[in-house]
Amino acid sequence: MITLLSTWTFGLALALVALGVFVSYRLFSFPDITTDGSFALGAVVTAVLLTVGIDPLLATLGGMVAGGLAGCTTALLHASLGIERLLAGILVTTALASVNLVVLGRSNVPLSTTHTLLDRAEATLAPPLEQAGLSAVVAGEAAQLIFMIAIVAVAIVALWVFFRTQLGTAMRAGGDTATMARALGRDTGGMTLAGLSIANSLTALSGGLVAQYQGFADVQMGIGMVVWGMASVFLGAALVGPVRLGGALVATAAGSVTFRLLVAAALRAGLDPDWLKAATAVVVLTALVAPRFFSRGSHARTH
Amino acid sequence: MLELTDALVSFASPGGPVVRAVDGVSLTLPAGSFVVVIGTNGSGKSTLLGSIAGTVRLDRGSLRLAGHEITHWREYERARLVGRVFQDPRAGTAASLTVLENIAVAACRGQRAGLRWATGRQLREEAAQRLAAIVPGLETRLDQPIGSLSGGQRQIVTLVMATWRRPELLLLDEHTAALDPAAADRVIQATSRIIHEQGLTALMVTHSLNQAAALGDRLLLIHRGRIVLDVQGAVKRRLTAEDLADRFDALRRGDQLDDTAARTLAEAYV
Repeated sequence: MITLLSTWTFGLALALVALGVFVSYRLFSFPDITTDGSFALGAVVTAVLLTVGIDPLLATLGGMVAGGLAGCTTALLHASLGIERLLAGILVTTALASVNLVVLGRSNVPLSTTHTLLDRAEATLAPPLEQAGLSAVVAGEAAQLIFMIAIVAVAIVALWVFFRTQLGTAMRAGGDTATMARALGRDTGGMTLAGLSIANSLTALSGGLVAQYQGFADVQMGIGMVVWGMASVFLGAALVGPVRLGGALVATAAGSVTFRLLVAAALRAGLDPDWLKAATAVVVLTALVAPRFFSRGSHARTH
Repeated sequence: MLELTDALVSFASPGGPVVRAVDGVSLTLPAGSFVVVIGTNGSGKSTLLGSIAGTVRLDRGSLRLAGHEITHWREYERARLVGRVFQDPRAGTAASLTVLENIAVAACRGQRAGLRWATGRQLREEAAQRLAAIVPGLETRLDQPIGSLSGGQRQIVTLVMATWRRPELLLLDEHTAALDPAAADRVIQATSRIIHEQGLTALMVTHSLNQAAALGDRLLLIHRGRIVLDVQGAVKRRLTAEDLADRFDALRRGDQLDDTAARTLAEAYV
């Protein structure tokens, strides 16, 4: 029961990465490697702010802002200096590896004795659950799950609303067809900047929440996150088929949770955890290649 | 009113000579004129259009449109004054967005895109009305991804988008070249109608001599980066597609002569 609840909570925390990758990769066709760096950055900045006694909410927001700035940097390298998308992300992530180490001061920091945002959620939500008859441990875990559901729901609604405003719609149009957006007066460079900021803020928020949930921040914790996000996006899309924006956002979050459940099942069935990242990469590769075999030639894009 | 003065655009081909794609062209389009531009492949007609749209930088010369000096405006800044339709239907619309969402983006062309809802009821009603006036039935597809429309339908929606807010100049870059003849015909009818109804200033590049003869009140023939024929009024009205084909042949013969002459010279002196 506890493991199942915690798998859900973890899957939802990582759903924010998936939503970030949905924005950068699906809406802006930008395979954003910065995701790896900004996930760890979010965790590191949040952890450092927590350990110096900043309010957990502000500390989490601080991590988010740092992630947004990382996304801005990648977008600037691409839009202003003409660096290729992948390379821009690689450069920023490589630089962030140093930044994270310097900010944290060492390779990992425990948060077990620090009051975190999840502790606060537990303190607020667990007592009524206990009164409803749950055991203290289950109530605590359920409280954190409810908190995470709320965060992801807010993120989905906020993204849905934003991307249906004039600005958000223009951004989606620019991510889809840049010539069209420029011909209609939109600065596509500026839009990529905004898009990657949003995406990496979400990723960094995820990093901050994961660090608080698992009780430590580690400079290595971002490795493979962009692939994780893509796997969740693809899995979500496979679960629901072609849908509009709102459906796709919900599917992406569902994809993350489903993927986390699959991983838990695979581990329980005896998969060596060392192979986890490779397995994730294989899932993404399969998702990228499979459509070619199913719809050979019928919808070949000829750009 | 568009005023292009002494425009020069040159490209250096690697290891080759510098090609003057637009070679000192000056052109004035009074407001309300509908100009058709033709020319052989590589004549520089697309570069000329690009230099007005802002996708190609002028090496020399200046550009004024509707009282604004826009020589140094960027492509997306010029969009405040200019509406465009491309050759590739996919270039002018965002395939994954619905027809209405595409129109919503066009409805803020050159405006600040704010945090207001993009697809309100007012926009929906106006979009339905405007589409139905041009292609009855299209208004029922407002909520479908625009990628599900045929190429011809997409070009008509692009045309409606480009002229949603009245542009000071409408640029049409071989916008029927990728379509089958029937669809091209429908798009041309829609084009003609929108230009006349709104009294637009328009510059249309075409590969079709029939279109060139039938449409517009002025015709430019571009060759080697220069305007070699500029007719309007009664002369333009009398011009037929056959006349234009003759002109093209004459130009091609002239080119062949030049090439042969150049080869003879090269053989004699190298």
